[in-house]
Amino acid sequence: MSNMIVIIKKQLKDTLKNKTILIQFILFPFMTVLMENAVKIDGMPTFFFTKLFAVMYIGMAPLTATASVIAEEKEKNTLRVLTMADIRPWQYLCGIGIHIWMICMLGACVMSTTLPAEKIPFFLLIMGTGFIISVIAGASIGIFSKNQMMATSIVMPFMMILSFAPMLSLFNDRIKKFATVVYTQQLMVLFDEMTFRGFYANGITILLVNALLCVLLFAFAYRRKGLA
Amino acid sequence: MIKCKNVKKSFGAHEVLKDIGFEAARGSIFGLLGPSGAGKTTLIRILTGQIAPDGGNIRVMGMDPQALSGKDKKHFGIMMDNFGLYERFSCIDNLGMFADLYGISRERALSALREVGLTDAAKRPASDLSKGMRARLQLARAFMHEPELIFLDEPTAGLDPQTMKGIHRFILEKKKSGATIFLTTHNMEEAYRLCDRIVLLHQGTIVEAGKPEEICRRYDHQKRILIHLADGRDAVYERGGKDAEEICKLLRNEKVETIHSTEPTLESVFLELTGKNLQEDA
Ligand SMILES: Nc1ncnc2c1ncn2[C@@H]1O[C@H](COP(=O)(O)OP(=O)(O)O)[C@@H](O)[C@H]1O
Ligand SMILES: [Mg+2]
Repeated sequence: MSNMIVIIKKQLKDTLKNKTILIQFILFPFMTVLMENAVKIDGMPTFFFTKLFAVMYIGMAPLTATASVIAEEKEKNTLRVLTMADIRPWQYLCGIGIHIWMICMLGACVMSTTLPAEKIPFFLLIMGTGFIISVIAGASIGIFSKNQMMATSIVMPFMMILSFAPMLSLFNDRIKKFATVVYTQQLMVLFDEMTFRGFYANGITILLVNALLCVLLFAFAYRRKGLA
Repeated sequence: MIKCKNVKKSFGAHEVLKDIGFEAARGSIFGLLGPSGAGKTTLIRILTGQIAPDGGNIRVMGMDPQALSGKDKKHFGIMMDNFGLYERFSCIDNLGMFADLYGISRERALSALREVGLTDAAKRPASDLSKGMRARLQLARAFMHEPELIFLDEPTAGLDPQTMKGIHRFILEKKKSGATIFLTTHNMEEAYRLCDRIVLLHQGTIVEAGKPEEICRRYDHQKRILIHLADGRDAVYERGGKDAEEICKLLRNEKVETIHSTEPTLESVFLELTGKNLQEDA
């Protein structure tokens, strides 16, 4: 069996047994469906909860899950055993990344049930892009951390900014200005319009810069610490 | 199977291994004996290509460990105390995952579990296992793919005598089926029981090497014979000379219960060589 498939399989099995990670994946999709169906207030923007929770989901689940999975394998020394069994670092990282991305996409599919059919592809496309950036950021933190504890404490501020900034900027213009440079905020803008129309160079540049920063962060962490 | 010459390794200013050289023959159990901190784990990490030596010549199965590919490493089995288990996975899932990586069947994983006596615990998560059971599971993982060469880093350290005996039996069985085993220990009885050849490692240098019995005989300075007499007394005799006559007489008169030589144990050889006890830290 291909090494990467073994990693994905293993991680799938582990996720089902790991309640702290599992709840991260389930919480937001569940809340989205619940709130969209239960709360109906006049004058509220359309699909308010879906957009809000979608952005928070991107800022939390893949980030924390990736970081904590990698940090745990380093802490418990299972990663060492894998490398001795012919798992290459890229196979491991891709396996974990793909697994977490797929689980998040599953969550995104559940969220998208609140939307009209024609908006779903766009929604999933944006979600998928956001997850990729978050997974890379999470992997960098996981690689950089010695153990899970360290990973959690590094993830926390990133997670706060990424997931709360878009929400807070709804209420506060100063925060909004600051939040503009964060990729989750740009994704929020896209969700607001639910179309690429009006999303010009500025937004795309910010997204690309964010993605590039995450890749650089990843390269830095990997060169500094490697996987062992 | 393993050949080393002039192997050196330092961590910063700390010279952990100085000029190590030895050979381990195919199909034998080779023991690296030394107190904790002697550099045993470091040497295993070098031999398995996990870290690079600072100098020296090493051949493991004819290859330089640094040049080993992942595929080559699949011919090893490794058990180290810092090789973790997947805590949330059951015993069988822990093995099953590596069975997939090694390309061997689940049945083989199950039978490995049986060999170490963990069949009843197959479905229990690793986090629930006792220390002895964890060691056996790690052992099963190291042997499951029937590697030609197995590295065991203190496989019985801190385990109860019952489990230890079981592991010894298992190791000897694997030797019988042709595997070469490189093990480290600070337990000299274990080394004596299991190993065909040992080297004594102290502060990064090899202070003695050879067959365990040979080493003990080499340090038998007294060359005496201890006789346990039928009447319950013990008597010590010189070898040869007029004591030989005496011993013959005792034997003829059926006054001898048992005869023992007085060569030292590995433990006391080590003490003599280094002034240190094996249980002490280096
Ligand atoms: N990665 C490392 N960095 C610095 N020192 C190390 C490292 N690994 C081992 N050492 C030192 O090398 C010495 C030998 O360690 P080790 O090989 O683990 O001994 P043993 O396994 O015989 O108990 C110890 O003094 C230890 O502190
Ligand atoms: Mg050690």
